[in-house]
Amino acid sequence: MRKQFCDALVKRSAKPDMHFITGDLGFMALEPLRESMGSRFLNAGVAEQNMITVAAAMAKEGLDTWVYSIAPFCYARPFEQIRNDICFHNLPVKLVGNGGGYGYGVMGPTHHAVEDYGVLLTLPNMRVYVPAFDEDVEAVVMLAGANDAPTYLRLGRGEPPTGYIAPAYAPWRQVCQGQGMCLVATGPVSGLYIESCLALPEATRPNFWIVSEFPMREAGIPPEFFDQLSASETLCVVEEHVARGGLASELLLLLAETGRSPKRFKHFCAQSHAFERYGSQSYLRGRSSLDAQTLLCFLGAL
Amino acid sequence: MLTDDDLRLAKLRLLRMHYESGVGHIGGNLSALDIILLIFQEFLTDSDRFILSKGHAAGALYIALWSVGIINDGELATFHKEATRLPGHPPAKGLAGVQFATGSLGHGLSLAAGTAYALKAKSESGRVFCVTSDGEWQEGATWEALIFLAHHKLDNLTVFVDHNSLQGFGSTLDVASMNPLDEKIRGFGIDVEIIPGHDLSKIREVTTRIGRRPKVVILQTVKGNGVSFMEGVMDWHYRPLTADLYERAVREVAGA
Repeated sequence: MRKQFCDALVKRSAKPDMHFITGDLGFMALEPLRESMGSRFLNAGVAEQNMITVAAAMAKEGLDTWVYSIAPFCYARPFEQIRNDICFHNLPVKLVGNGGGYGYGVMGPTHHAVEDYGVLLTLPNMRVYVPAFDEDVEAVVMLAGANDAPTYLRLGRGEPPTGYIAPAYAPWRQVCQGQGMCLVATGPVSGLYIESCLALPEATRPNFWIVSEFPMREAGIPPEFFDQLSASETLCVVEEHVARGGLASELLLLLAETGRSPKRFKHFCAQSHAFERYGSQSYLRGRSSLDAQTLLCFLGAL
Repeated sequence: MLTDDDLRLAKLRLLRMHYESGVGHIGGNLSALDIILLIFQEFLTDSDRFILSKGHAAGALYIALWSVGIINDGELATFHKEATRLPGHPPAKGLAGVQFATGSLGHGLSLAAGTAYALKAKSESGRVFCVTSDGEWQEGATWEALIFLAHHKLDNLTVFVDHNSLQGFGSTLDVASMNPLDEKIRGFGIDVEIIPGHDLSKIREVTTRIGRRPKVVILQTVKGNGVSFMEGVMDWHYRPLTADLYERAVREVAGA
């Protein structure tokens, strides 16, 4: 999604008050943006705490401020700076983390970001976007850019099935319809399940929704989802994020508060930062049972 | 121009405010009061920004805001009380003259650097003033900020270090010495001056002089300045005033 992100920001860079700050990342990806922005492209160096606070101050001065790093460096080290300097003051800084989840798989655990949006959603005023497909990025950049609040974008690598045409971006999108359970996923990992779900017979085929915006509001959820959940009484959530604080936590809390808790629930999620063996994003997803085969086994057991 | 009488009045009001609220941190407020008052009274214009990095000197900041008419006397009585706009460290919202909620040390220098950078990006001529403590230079983020503000030659930024040499649980020398602080900061390519921290004419002179590089002014201050039993005594970082000691402090300051 870096290319789509770069392209979208190059378009946006015509805005004279837009400033882009990177924590020394973006080599072989953001050069067009650097060329387009000139002195408004700032490499703040390997100093994330200062970078975030500088961004807060720039936003306070009315500048349209975007901050970029790889996802783990974007939020974990400078968490207090995000909380105190950006969120306490409700400043519209756009934080962009590339490689969310296990995106930097074999690089090791320090480079994984499997609790990013959960942690950030605990902060006041924070809005989070998790695009699922490369084609979502332009729309998400537009939406984030229009926000008047702290914003986090988790970027990854879209993985739709071959030949698949992603539906137009929406905060909630249904990508598969059937008579089976409700399946809700977020981010690029969603793409791994589409083909398998579509191939199932209608009786077991899940109603599969992809969610891309947080925090959730009841009014922002399509009524069809509630109807489908009411009929099937079974909910399965898939996310490349640890169990606590993410999509499942958000959704289950909302469902409980509105009297719609499912009778059966299954969560496929990131198991850990720290394994004893490392590999690609696909390998680490597999270690967390984040794959279509495991989902199919679960569906078969229902 | 800030006079000795103004300072005395402000100091008395600060003491009363802290005494009535039963709140400590009085020592570090008294060491920072002169510089904060001077900036608000003589230097700060609508184009400029002030950032208090040592948020535990919120009392001195509120007194400065009171001295320029942003906070009224009645509101000072709410300091540290329920439903106050004046908490123990500066608030994020609702109080003109306060740019940022500070109190977690080591943020203010980056806030000031980012503000100075933004003013330049907007081609605005304002200056940025920042007051830090001395202990907070133990925070790594302050050194990240120094690299940034030196690299970007933020000559619109003046940083004052309230160097009273005492931190929360010991002297800065004993806890984690940064001496000589001036040489370390100078090594980043920043203009550094060391001056007596309660000498108003010296502070005026240094603050008026604008160079081509960012400036750090190390103010050799006295914790508990102006109250003999507090001066240079670490306990007054946190200790609140008793009635007897409050009366003694008032007598000293009023008679000074």
